[in-house]
Amino acid sequence: MSATRTLTPAMKLRRKAKVRRNILYLVLLAIALVAPFVAYPVFLMKLLCFALFACAFNLLLGYAGLLSFGHAAFLATGGYFTGIMLASYPGLTPELGILIGTLASVVLGTLFGALAIRRQGIYFAMVTLALSQMMFFFFIQAPFTGGEDGLHGVPRGELFGIISLDNNINMYYFVLAVFLIGFAIIRRAVHSPYGQVLRAIRENEPRAVSLGYNVDAYKLVAFVLSAGLAGLAGSTKTVVFQLASLTDAHWHMSGEVILMTLLGGVGTLFGPLVGAGVVVSLQTQLAQSPLGNWVSVILGAIFVICVLSFRSGIVGEIQKVVKKNFK
Amino acid sequence: MTQEFILETRGLTKEFRGFTAVDDVNLKVREGHIHALIGPNGAGKTTVFNLLTKFLPPTRGEILYRGKPITRMKANEIARLGLVRSFQISAVFGHMTALENVRVALQRKLGTSFHFWKPERSLDHLNDRAMELLDEVGLAEYADVLTVEMPYGRKRALEVATTLALEPTMMLLDEPTQGMGAEDVDRIVELIRRVSRGRTVLMVEHNLSVVSRLCDRITVLARGAVLAEGSYQEVSRNPQVREAYMGSDAAEEEASA
Repeated sequence: MSATRTLTPAMKLRRKAKVRRNILYLVLLAIALVAPFVAYPVFLMKLLCFALFACAFNLLLGYAGLLSFGHAAFLATGGYFTGIMLASYPGLTPELGILIGTLASVVLGTLFGALAIRRQGIYFAMVTLALSQMMFFFFIQAPFTGGEDGLHGVPRGELFGIISLDNNINMYYFVLAVFLIGFAIIRRAVHSPYGQVLRAIRENEPRAVSLGYNVDAYKLVAFVLSAGLAGLAGSTKTVVFQLASLTDAHWHMSGEVILMTLLGGVGTLFGPLVGAGVVVSLQTQLAQSPLGNWVSVILGAIFVICVLSFRSGIVGEIQKVVKKNFK
Repeated sequence: MTQEFILETRGLTKEFRGFTAVDDVNLKVREGHIHALIGPNGAGKTTVFNLLTKFLPPTRGEILYRGKPITRMKANEIARLGLVRSFQISAVFGHMTALENVRVALQRKLGTSFHFWKPERSLDHLNDRAMELLDEVGLAEYADVLTVEMPYGRKRALEVATTLALEPTMMLLDEPTQGMGAEDVDRIVELIRRVSRGRTVLMVEHNLSVVSRLCDRITVLARGAVLAEGSYQEVSRNPQVREAYMGSDAAEEEASA
């Protein structure tokens, strides 16, 4: 077999699949652009924020193989920092407020990541849980977070000082743009030279070490990226709801994002998006119905069914079917 | 002594909670040799191996590579010196294609492995070299096959290709023929012979016929200590080795053969 200009048949096939994927992206984008005229924009924004949060979490679990049980800390840190900045400095534009919140999560992620990645598996999860609980109690006690009441009345302000975000449609397109940027970052990271090494580490860590890779450094980068994007989701959510509260910092939130990711399909790009969609829709629908008090039970049951019968999640299972039938 | 020692241990010792797995081992591997580490089960071969490759920290003793101490270095750092190990169970990246397996080893030298903002396409120029390496171990037609779907013997060959991608000066092979059928064993022996040209190889191996065919020098371990060292002929004549390693029956068989 000749080794010149190597583009193997499977690679050509993959390029073809790419074209199909791009069409899918365009269709989804079109839906997202029309959506606020069909559905309630605030609900859609909530969905997008949680979808970004879940995508960020999935980068860590699905592509680095690290199960964090403390991602609420990053969502909340982003939210609180943005909220405090926007509430205290009326001249600050929302995009700068969001940037500050995101940076705060990056800093916290670097700190927590450096501590947590020294441990593996369940110990890693426990360290992240402990650290995020620390943040939870910090947010209760700190004088500037509004304690149990949370931080209310955060102004949405004007994007770049020009476009008023008090209009829900404007706000929606801004949130959509933020989500798309976050999603693009994740997509690129997964399909980059870095992503290749990350995959190798997830597949066989000792072998990656023996090839000369400092695996801890790679894991830390994944952790920081994930924390930063979770912070971005939290910051954006604060601007949408004009509120930062303890709900985001509670360990329930860390559990919920695991549920979203597993339900949608861990290690798939669209899984967390679908998972977040299902969970957020259910929560919203059930809250209005007589079953309102049973939300947790119903979600728990769904989770059990998912783990027992379709382990690769909704998108994971769909991918399997597609692979089987179109090959 | 004209040849220098590429790898040397001095008083290498490893204790696990009072149990001495490796006891004062002084090992000297000459540059260009294929050196085997043999011994009965529980002799401490794999522990020595893990000490040498820094997957375990030694309790006492020193490890020298080209005369310089590497005792305190990390596992990933010695790979950068050209000291690359394989594993007992074939160490491949299962959900990556054979080509990607090799490429991930090649890409380290690019220095872009932390670049999460660059497209995967930026690695495509490594494909030619990766194909060459796959070809060298007879795996060209597996380039696009996911590694989990490859037969066991081929996985081991892929591991060798991945190791070669790093252009190691010394390869440490942990039981390269373990769990293989006769046909695969022959293929791997040939492969090791071929790729060892211009390199030093230290291997842990159970299969004595492989050792006799390949190795220039053999160190026999028993109960964590060095029992004997020499060529295959010297070592196999040693009565202590026969008793400890082969058992008396096998030793007689070997002698009459």
